[in-house]
Amino acid sequence: MRPDPGGCCCRRRPVRANSCVANGEVRNGYVRSSAAAAAAAAGQIHHVTENGGLYKRPFNEGFEETPMLVAVLTYVGYGVLTLFGYLRDFLRHWRIEKCHHATEREEQKDFVSLYQDFENFYTRNLYMRIRDNWNRPICSVPGARVDIMERQSHDYNWSFKYTGNVIKDVINMGSYNYLGFARNTGPCQEAAAKVLEEYGVGVCSTRQEIGNLDKHEELEKLVANFLGVEAAMAYGMGFATNSMNIPALVSKGCLILSDELNHASLVLGARLSGATIRVFKHNNMQSLEKLLKDAIVYGQPRTRRPWKKILILVEGIYSMEGSIVRLPEVIALKKKYKAYLYLDEAHSIGALGPTGRGVVDYFGLDPEDVDIMMGTFTKSFGASGGYIGGKKALIDYLRTHSHSAVYAASLSPPVAEQIITAMKCIMGQDGTTLGKECIQQLAENVRYFRRRLKSMGFIIYGNEDSPVVPLMLYMPAKIGAFGREMLKRNIGVVVVGFPATPIIESRARFCLSAAHTRETLDTMVYIFLCNYHPEWTNDAYDVMEIWRATVKQPGFYLFLV
Amino acid sequence: MATVAEQWVLVEMVQALYEAPAYHLILEGILILWIIRLLFSKTYKLQERSDLTLKEKEELIEEWQPEPLVPPVSKDHPALNYNIVSGPPSHNIVVNGKECINFASFNFLGLLDNPRLKAAALASLKKYGVGTCGPRGFYGTFDVHLDLEDRLAKFMKTEEAIIYSYGFATIASAIPAYSKRGDIVFVDKAACFAIQKGLQASRSDIKVFNHNDMDDLERLLKEQEIEDQKNPRKARVTRRFIIVEGLYMNTGTVCPLPELIDDIDLISANMENSLASIGGFCCGRSFVIDHQRLSGQGYCFSASLPPLLAAAAIEALNIMEENPGIFAVLKEKCKRIHKALQGIPGLKVVGESISPALHLQLEETTGCRERDVKLLQEIVTQCMDRGIALTQARYLEKEEKYLPPPSIRVVVTVEQTEEDLEKAASTISEVAQTVLL
Repeated sequence: MRPDPGGCCCRRRPVRANSCVANGEVRNGYVRSSAAAAAAAAGQIHHVTENGGLYKRPFNEGFEETPMLVAVLTYVGYGVLTLFGYLRDFLRHWRIEKCHHATEREEQKDFVSLYQDFENFYTRNLYMRIRDNWNRPICSVPGARVDIMERQSHDYNWSFKYTGNVIKDVINMGSYNYLGFARNTGPCQEAAAKVLEEYGVGVCSTRQEIGNLDKHEELEKLVANFLGVEAAMAYGMGFATNSMNIPALVSKGCLILSDELNHASLVLGARLSGATIRVFKHNNMQSLEKLLKDAIVYGQPRTRRPWKKILILVEGIYSMEGSIVRLPEVIALKKKYKAYLYLDEAHSIGALGPTGRGVVDYFGLDPEDVDIMMGTFTKSFGASGGYIGGKKALIDYLRTHSHSAVYAASLSPPVAEQIITAMKCIMGQDGTTLGKECIQQLAENVRYFRRRLKSMGFIIYGNEDSPVVPLMLYMPAKIGAFGREMLKRNIGVVVVGFPATPIIESRARFCLSAAHTRETLDTMVYIFLCNYHPEWTNDAYDVMEIWRATVKQPGFYLFLV
Repeated sequence: MATVAEQWVLVEMVQALYEAPAYHLILEGILILWIIRLLFSKTYKLQERSDLTLKEKEELIEEWQPEPLVPPVSKDHPALNYNIVSGPPSHNIVVNGKECINFASFNFLGLLDNPRLKAAALASLKKYGVGTCGPRGFYGTFDVHLDLEDRLAKFMKTEEAIIYSYGFATIASAIPAYSKRGDIVFVDKAACFAIQKGLQASRSDIKVFNHNDMDDLERLLKEQEIEDQKNPRKARVTRRFIIVEGLYMNTGTVCPLPELIDDIDLISANMENSLASIGGFCCGRSFVIDHQRLSGQGYCFSASLPPLLAAAAIEALNIMEENPGIFAVLKEKCKRIHKALQGIPGLKVVGESISPALHLQLEETTGCRERDVKLLQEIVTQCMDRGIALTQARYLEKEEKYLPPPSIRVVVTVEQTEEDLEKAASTISEVAQTVLL
């Protein structure tokens, strides 16, 4: 059953001469994956033999290059939208078209304008068109299925009205619920309810003053145990964990080597610290090594003084790419050049590794090699907040010098209890095997889903084991169309475009969860099949019907490849 | 005839060569040899002198020793060992195993253990679970958040409100969303650390005016006006902001708002104190607030507030709206304690009489901050032994721009009775006398 290349973005790529396979080398993570992936899956596993066998398991990561035609059409699409944007701005300026957005107050009209005009151009003219794909309000637990409040717009997304209807049981592919702990029943919820009754909800003080509850101490001991480090410290917000602790660790005269695609919180923390920041190419160990060498040999710019410390900032799983950091190589480099490693496991904790201990567990490495292990409780534990784990000296220092400990409120007690119960479940300390089953279910879901999508010819970025699955869309019109059409078929997806991704690499991002059953995934896969490869289904779907429906869509011509 | 002439020139030359004196020939010969050498020698590269060989580079890499990741922290650092609170930090608090009356938590309206709040949060927990598993843009917006934003906007009588999941991040994200590099911000000297971090992230020009000194602010504004007139082109693209706090946490004073301005563009607040929840919000006109939905870093890139905390905040607003008399009661108690704490030997009260968060500073400092901190800590420890829970105001000494002097924080809440206030005043007085004199 070999399909012909269809007229859509998921057409199979021609097979490129894949010299990478011959000697088993993975160059900078860019693997030119061959198109016949489904049939030849076994032959595509790349054992990384360089660096003396640092990897104990195959590291299979691919970022297929954007086809030339698609890139050109995407730029054309953005060009058309920009022209229309200028036209609409012109019409609005001359009051030919009604101006929907809020404007400056009359009394303040001669003040300097609050927002730069160009900053808003993208928001007004491109983002507004497809704004209904984001900020969708929900009114149930963000589990495997979710209830979305229906909204309508009668003025092209400038304002929304709630119809009062609720779209029930939408398959949730957008929430970060990797291990399925987002539940409103079960042991976690019961424990949190008990603590809520006893402690209340707020804390009304900071950790260093009188906001340090016994629950926080208990949580920190458990986190340290979970990670396999000497001590840990918990904070109320994951974003703030990065932005408030990196400035406490490095300062002027230090060097930060940060990955190209690091999260905004890491970038903000690095900027606030006052240290010099140098960026290395995404997951590219040669680029990192060159920067390290140059930094130590040439020292600080101009004065040539040696750097006080070098800190490498990487993430466990990069949430927009779905890639996993090359941790064994990073640790080897860190040891060779005496740098310190800050690992942000926001997405990977709980989601990777045979025991759910994150990316360190996934690669089978020693947690002591990572100087600062940071993570969040939002994703795999179904709570909120962040933590940092490491040696006792580090944690003592953070207890006294972290901005969050001195000025910000501590974790809310029921939230802390949710984390404690979830963590105990994952560790198996609650006496059940539920944690282990969730981890295995997630790994299976990831493997199955990625394999099925790849076999249909979609371009999927990232590592084979990463629960974050980005599916490339490229064209601006497809961002809106994909999001809306999937919602019509009762599936809620997340679509991302510029500026969160490079301008021609818009994508839909699926976040898999242990709560998704095989049936749920099959439903999704079936919907993809029906729409892109109807000839593969046994249903009496009339291909011409689908074709006619597609042609009627606005923006169809930008839809084509 | 030409060739003969040429030949004749050649003959002349050869003759001249024979007839030339020896030294002349030798000099010419040396010069020719020198030219040939210069022509064939390698060009002199300046770079080669400073370029390092591979071996030297490796040596440098071997030799380089970084500083330790963190400097060692001494065991008796005042902030290392936290007080451990067993159970809820409500009016009767158990600190380090001792039962005390709480004068340290910012629980102004006593809503921390209010049963209605707990019930609302519990209902929300049973419906939504604990976490939201996503930022606001990606299925992290719950109907509870939208309700809370509506209620806050109505309560503050503004058009729109936006909530953040962390109090500190609220103002620290709001400021850089509006003020960029090249803009000018006039800020009070006693602004709290969160505002300082927001200003640092915005990279704007900061002009500080003396605390609550409107004349100083006017002076700075006039100076800026003169600058603007000198350079009108730059002035046309520079935005100017004034940032003040309603109730200054570091000094317990209130800002003179009527003198300052007749209309406020943005109000930022913290739900972690009176509302006894977690998080913060900004409110103002839609034109201003809507911008933060795409450019507030703490809003776009962070998970949203857990619904149970939002539900608790809504219930707290309900209680505040139903019971406006509570504020007058709080004001009374503030005035009372302010009066009662006057005249304690060795300590002076810093803060206005209507402020529920006061500071007690040493009347005469010993000259060294460490010793001051030790003395105050002694007072706090002894007060706790006698059943009054107090705390020192904590600061990051190296990071604050204008470090306030060490002080003890005294917080007034609605739940404290007259006896509690009397007991607190007398205990502090006794302990201060023992420790300081």
